[in-house]
Amino acid sequence: MSSLLAAAPLPPVLPAEGAASAAWLLAALPALGALVLFVGGRRTDRWGHVLGVATVVASFVVAAVLFAGSLGLPAEERVRDLGLYDWIAVGALNVEFGLRIDPLSLTFALLITGVGSLIHIYSVGYMSHDPNRRKFFAQLNLFVAAMLVLVLGNGFVTLYLGWEGVGLASYLLIGFYTGRRSAGSAAKKAFLMNRVGDVGLALAIFLLFLELGTTQYGEVFARAGEISPGALTAITLLLLLGACGKSGQFPLQAWLPDAMEGPTPVSALIHAATMVTAGVYLIARANPLYDLAPVGQLVVTIIGAITLVLGAIIGCAYDDIKKVLAYSTVSQIGYMMLAVGLGPVGYAAALAHLLAHGFFKAGLFLGAGSVMHGMADETDMRRFGGLWRHMPVTFWTFTAGYLALIGFPFLSGFYTKDLIIEASLTAGPVAGWIFGIATLGAAGLTAFYMTRLMLMTFFGPERWKDLHPRRIDGADLEDPPEHYHPHESVAAMTAPMVLLAIGSVGAGAFLVGGERLGTYLEASLGAPIEPHDLPAAFPVGLVPYVATVMMLAGAGLAYVLVGRREVPVERPQRVSLPVRAARADLYANTINEGIIARPGIWLSRALVYLDNRGVDGAVNGIAALLGGSSGRLRRTQTGFVRSYALTILGGSVVLVAALLVVGGAG
Amino acid sequence: MSALLLALLLLPLIGAAVCGVMAGRENLDRAARAVGLGFSAVSLVLVVIVWSLFSTAPDAPRFQGSLSVEWIPAFGVSFALGLDGIALTMIALLSVLVPIVLVFAAADKLPPGRTGAGFTALILATQGVLVGVFAATDVFLFYVLFEAMLIPMYFLIGRFGGPRRQYAAVKFFLYSFLGGLIMLASVIGLFVASDTRLGQGTFDWTALQGMAAQLPLSTQIPLFLGFFAAFAIKAPLVPFHTWLPDAGAEAPIAGSIILLGLLDKVGTFGFLRYTLPLFPAASRELAPLVLTLAVIGVLYGALLAAAQTDLKRFVAYTSIAHFGFIALGIFAFSSQSIAGSALYMVNHGISTAMLFLVVGLLIRRGGTADMTEYGGVGRAAPLLAGMFLVAGLSTIALPGTNSFISEFLVLLGSFPNQPAFTVIATVGIVFAALYMLWVFQRTMTGPLRGAAVVGDGPGAASAATFGTETGDDSWMRRTTARFGDLNRGEIALLTPLVALILVLGFFPGPVLEVLDPTVAATMSEVGVPDPVTQNGVAR
Repeated sequence: MSSLLAAAPLPPVLPAEGAASAAWLLAALPALGALVLFVGGRRTDRWGHVLGVATVVASFVVAAVLFAGSLGLPAEERVRDLGLYDWIAVGALNVEFGLRIDPLSLTFALLITGVGSLIHIYSVGYMSHDPNRRKFFAQLNLFVAAMLVLVLGNGFVTLYLGWEGVGLASYLLIGFYTGRRSAGSAAKKAFLMNRVGDVGLALAIFLLFLELGTTQYGEVFARAGEISPGALTAITLLLLLGACGKSGQFPLQAWLPDAMEGPTPVSALIHAATMVTAGVYLIARANPLYDLAPVGQLVVTIIGAITLVLGAIIGCAYDDIKKVLAYSTVSQIGYMMLAVGLGPVGYAAALAHLLAHGFFKAGLFLGAGSVMHGMADETDMRRFGGLWRHMPVTFWTFTAGYLALIGFPFLSGFYTKDLIIEASLTAGPVAGWIFGIATLGAAGLTAFYMTRLMLMTFFGPERWKDLHPRRIDGADLEDPPEHYHPHESVAAMTAPMVLLAIGSVGAGAFLVGGERLGTYLEASLGAPIEPHDLPAAFPVGLVPYVATVMMLAGAGLAYVLVGRREVPVERPQRVSLPVRAARADLYANTINEGIIARPGIWLSRALVYLDNRGVDGAVNGIAALLGGSSGRLRRTQTGFVRSYALTILGGSVVLVAALLVVGGAG
Repeated sequence: MSALLLALLLLPLIGAAVCGVMAGRENLDRAARAVGLGFSAVSLVLVVIVWSLFSTAPDAPRFQGSLSVEWIPAFGVSFALGLDGIALTMIALLSVLVPIVLVFAAADKLPPGRTGAGFTALILATQGVLVGVFAATDVFLFYVLFEAMLIPMYFLIGRFGGPRRQYAAVKFFLYSFLGGLIMLASVIGLFVASDTRLGQGTFDWTALQGMAAQLPLSTQIPLFLGFFAAFAIKAPLVPFHTWLPDAGAEAPIAGSIILLGLLDKVGTFGFLRYTLPLFPAASRELAPLVLTLAVIGVLYGALLAAAQTDLKRFVAYTSIAHFGFIALGIFAFSSQSIAGSALYMVNHGISTAMLFLVVGLLIRRGGTADMTEYGGVGRAAPLLAGMFLVAGLSTIALPGTNSFISEFLVLLGSFPNQPAFTVIATVGIVFAALYMLWVFQRTMTGPLRGAAVVGDGPGAASAATFGTETGDDSWMRRTTARFGDLNRGEIALLTPLVALILVLGFFPGPVLEVLDPTVAATMSEVGVPDPVTQNGVAR
């Protein structure tokens, strides 16, 4: 698609110097925090959260210093490598443990530590009643450390280390409320579906080693042209499989909504702002490979397009506030995937949307957490209503995130999503139309499900007044009160929400305006291409208007269908077929269950039978046969080991005799 | 260094003899355990010294610390010992695990009529014989010790094991012994061949290696199969594995650790030391057969592990999957895959020991190995659950743990020569996550129930259900106190293994360096050039 355009040489990789040689502190600080909190155990209960916050904030300061240093350099000197030690060296393989410090990794490091700091602070308030708060911060610190290794590593194996590391942290945190059975299942499901993706990533690494004898970014990207075209296509598709697992993309999306079993700050940080964008990072990082593999790029865009539509459709059907946001995340990452698949015309758009999404989706989740905090951990929006009066800060910050997400003019999503839509129109004569309709249609759906969420939660009659709070099964919280007492959250929680709201409002204009982000990322992603300069399905200049119309139509429809009607507290069961399908996640779980889980269980049971009756039975049978009868066998078996010692002796005698014969013959 | 090596072999045997003598007197039982621990501690110190003396220089001899004494001169049999990198790492693993196992077993209840002294003697005897097996450089000596190591293990299972210990012990013995007899035929065959080819029969490994590698394929294949039968039973490849779950489940925890962590490694060690260097042409020819069994083992072991309800059988089946990975790496013939397999042997020993120890600590509390009797253990014993998770993550080769390095090397190194087999085996990492997380979920997370509630085993279930239904929490605090989390001693026991898991996950260099020259030598003996060079695959 754009292989000719990407032929521009990569900037040289220079050794890290100055402040950049302390970049390992970025990941080491939260790792140390996690270690102290895990090993210290209950002794650190009283101050554990303070340490947890401090390490991430310190890491953010380091990231800011490195970023400032990077800005001060000319573009062609911004890619730096910091080798630490030889990790795995055998024969031709030499896996170095080291860091890649360049605009792409620093952008992610800022997002991870910045949003991470805010969410750590928020968690101090959110988890204040939880007896396991220290454990929570230990796991959250582990996550930040692993995520930083993922984005900062200087090769595919260090990436893999972070990749499975965040998977572990995600597993632990989804299952944090260990008393809930559903949390355990959700955690396991997330890890397993991720591991399916990890197989892809692992095989891609094996292929790279086979083709080039190395897995370090520097050499792989410099010599990407030497890889045979078939292998290159395979590598890009396998990397995509890994990306699908981690980023909840079709067909591996089903774990992400279940992951909402974790505490809400986890949903905000891991399952919205950072970890789930790792797939986008992977493809952006491997851009020199994708730029040479048009088939790989095409499949990335198709997966992204399918996912963004699928997520938006399912998001319309859920009543659980966190699950709506989760499917929204699936859908928005679909946008980013589509964009990175488009090549240089889409990289900057994908990254801009990723950053903006990091702000507004984290803000939305924290807002949802604040609502839950005030509503006895309830997540069913049918039991909310009219909450804007009771939690004003939550309401206004949530509104900022909401408007940013649906692409309200001049807020973040408006700029960044429009960039993606514009880029998608240039995908080709047919693909441009398909992607354009998908992205614009999903923009309308996004406005619909988000407006529905706003109306059901914050507006309308206060349906919770006549209801009793429910006991949330197994959560380590005190028993629910008699009545709902919605209230605004403490400052530790609202302050991060306010900051994220500011980001939601302004990030888009700042990043996209003057092509700040695209220019800064040039050293990592190559020179960006303007969609206006390419042939498009329909005039790119129309996109902001069409998108705004779609947004208004979606929001208006939600108002008509939800805002002007009474919302029943019990979920209506007699619904149309499409709604039923959307409620069932478009049958993704059913399909997984039918073609993987059930046959797997049957196979496993069949093998147990085979192992006991077949293999072992055959062996016992043969033994019995040799022994003449099973009874005789049993008699020799229960005999004394002396007889076996005797047998060994006998064997030795035979041996010696044999040797004598041979020796005599020689 | 030769003296040290001899001491490594003899010290545990002397310790075993001392403990054996003390076994008759009940009042000396505790003292005997202490003496045994003392002997194993000295071995550990010796191994550290040997490790530091071991040279990894390219021009260093393959076998270091060699010594050779004529034994049966008529047949060229010598009592010959020497260490290469693989043997050294295995002996080091042995010396680390034995003291841990002895300390753990000290708190075990023994079957009636058995003494701790006797138990200690058997463990030390196994240690001594195993050192000999790994260090032998004379094929006849290897064979004798290979058979001899069955005896103490037979008694460990048969005397100190669970309810079906007799059955398990006999099954273990018959399988291994049968494999050994088949190998014996090949050992004799080697001698005959050396007699005709060299003019004088010998069992010296180095002499035989130079001779046997020149044999025609038609001669190599039957000789190969003899050794292969013994090793494929020992490090069980499917379908020769069915003795292992029984033995692993019935042996006492300490015995299971020695059995699965070390004794079974003699099989994969044998592949590396005997089948590959002595019969390179046959190894290359029959590699597809072995690889098929290996890959079947990876998936078969994992699927069966997922279906187990007995915690010890579960660990045994995970090991069958792991032996599949090791065999894959060995017969894929690349530096990375062979080094990965050799490292895998060490790492699997560490992970399995850790897993068995945690399972043992759980069984001590709950009184049963039936995992359906446990639930929500993490609430009653969070540290125990945490240690279980560490062991489990190491077992499924999560990056950052020791096993990742070896599994990664095996798969990455096998891929260039054997892409199809490697892809299938790589799918095994999903199954690994499945069986491990499933067991963790069922036993450690969720609401507290079953044996974890009162620590009395099966009868406890009803009490737990009662508490959950009434929502009354006070009984839970009372009863979890009885179940109890890890105490200081238990934490101290597991700490070295946790440290090894993490340190070797991030810094495998020192072990890989020791293995490297031996791996290179093995590669050149097999006669297959490395498929991938600095610039990728040769085209």
